Amino acid sequence: MGGWAIAVHGGAGVDPNLPAERQEQAKQLLTRCLNIGISALRSSLPAIDVVELVVRELETDPLFNSGRGSALTANGTVEMEASIMDGDGRRCGAVSGISTVKNPISLARLVMDKSPHSYLAFSGAEEFAKEQGVEMMDNEYFITEDNVGMLKLAKEANTILFDYRIPITGLESCAASVESPIHMNGLPISVYAPETVGCVVVDGQGRCAAATSTGGLMNKMSGRIGDSPLIGAGTYAGELCGVSCTGEGEAIIRGTLARDVAAVMEYKELGLQDAVDYVIKKRLDKGFAGLIAVSNKGEVAYGFNCNGMFRGCATEDGFLEVGIWE
Amino acid sequence: MGWAIALHGGAGDIPKDLPPELREPREACLRYCLQMGVDALKAQKSPLDVVELVVRELENNPYFNAGRGSVLTSNGTVEMEACIMDGNTKNCGAVSGLTTVVNAISLARLVMEKTPHIYLAFEGAEAFAREQGVETMDSNHFITPRNIERLKQAKEANRVQVDYNTRPIPKDDKPPAPSGDSELGTVGCVAVDSFGHLATATSTGGLVNKMVGRIGDTPIVGAGTYANKLCAVSATGQGDAIICATVARDVAALMEYKGLSLKEAADYVIEESAPKGTTGLIAVSATGEITMPFNTTGMFRACATEDGHTELAIW
Repeated sequence: MGGWAIAVHGGAGVDPNLPAERQEQAKQLLTRCLNIGISALRSSLPAIDVVELVVRELETDPLFNSGRGSALTANGTVEMEASIMDGDGRRCGAVSGISTVKNPISLARLVMDKSPHSYLAFSGAEEFAKEQGVEMMDNEYFITEDNVGMLKLAKEANTILFDYRIPITGLESCAASVESPIHMNGLPISVYAPETVGCVVVDGQGRCAAATSTGGLMNKMSGRIGDSPLIGAGTYAGELCGVSCTGEGEAIIRGTLARDVAAVMEYKELGLQDAVDYVIKKRLDKGFAGLIAVSNKGEVAYGFNCNGMFRGCATEDGFLEVGIWE
Repeated sequence: MGWAIALHGGAGDIPKDLPPELREPREACLRYCLQMGVDALKAQKSPLDVVELVVRELENNPYFNAGRGSVLTSNGTVEMEACIMDGNTKNCGAVSGLTTVVNAISLARLVMEKTPHIYLAFEGAEAFAREQGVETMDSNHFITPRNIERLKQAKEANRVQVDYNTRPIPKDDKPPAPSGDSELGTVGCVAVDSFGHLATATSTGGLVNKMVGRIGDTPIVGAGTYANKLCAVSATGQGDAIICATVARDVAALMEYKGLSLKEAADYVIEESAPKGTTGLIAVSATGEITMPFNTTGMFRACATEDGHTELAIW
């Protein structure tokens, strides 16, 4: 058995022109969260508690697209979603359509522990949150000025890019608001708020867990569910590994990306890094995404096929890395 | 090679002495829907059209737990969900929390074809349905007297669990989900045409006495529903077990990564991966094989292949 290992991410698909200051803020936040996880692991907290703790911190900080700072629906509201999975016993919990719960990841954990179900959404999930007495906020708390501006840009861009599966032509005509030719989730990357957050952990006893939380897609239709709350798509943990994905939600769902990392380890007997590479290369078709993963042997790995992923990882033997680009 | 089709009307603890008045109409419906699917395949309809057509018919039949006949939430309402997937392109669409849409499966198909998203739920999905002009009905259309009675019985039997939020429960003691007959009656269909193109569709009303807002395995790609170029799968049973075991994707993954045959892959998932007493599935492969294993007492199921094999069974 290896030691513990932890990885965190703050989303894949990063604007290459992201100001240096913002890059620095992101790295600092990732480092801080990594350190919270490391201390928790040193205090022998189980993997499932560590992923929840770290994702709570990422949700609470407005920098990334989850909790406070979530992307906005076409209606200008937030609808957050999250899921958590404990590889030890293969238990899971998920929530979607959350508009007032401060930490959706903790509500997902409560769905897992305290409800008879695995997945609650929209008003039923909010009702459950009230019963459980979790911390609630006005929807306004989650909406940042930055995101109000981004929604405006997204709406402008979307007048052309309404359906991203249709090849995009005439993009030059909206160059005023769209400088970057790179697209994620149908939006030019400069108006795309990608920064879903996630954490995967293997603890000293070899138990794996994964957690993912997001505000979803900027300018999404109200009611849209992405990959983050879906077990096997955005989040998966089993006996062998824990995985959290980020990127183009629809491609991740079609590719059952998180489950497939575990499945190629289980059924094809690949090692963790090989499994991650295989899935990124073979399972995404034309989609863009990234993921982080840990194995029960204490290994950590990540992979992405887009320009950059906010991520950090650390292992018990002292390895620590925080990065954005390849 | 050749076309093949399978359909199910739910797996679970089906009593062997199920009264004829509950058994016969369901058998008749399965037989009718199977014939409808066979005719459509013979008429060269695409598998995607075939599974949608068959599941629409199953949704319209009040004896199954989907569309009309959906079971009720603890509030006495219906919240229907469905998912459809095309194996060739891996395009898929899903919906949850529908309260007025007559055919949830067709709305899932519209999400797949008319939106940039895969999955819409609750009010957003209802708004999309109105925008698309699909047939909607007042909730009374969906609620049958039998399901009002089942909810009443479930509430009596599960009083402790229903009230879990008002009674102290021991720490770490997850209240059990309502069980027994209550999971029964999810519907699904998988089909392959003679070109080896595959499709799957699953639709459900969920669980009797479920919490409002509960999402099960049916609409989750990889859990209740999955298709690719190798096979198409529709699963049914205890949703939470099927989600954790990613049942539908695992059948395909075992074929893809371990080189198992359709039957070996499905048997492995049912025998080794999904907990006993929780899961049934139907699956077809690109080469026209069919398998319909379950680890519950029974599963309402039927299938047919181009070479003339047909089957209709419960236990």
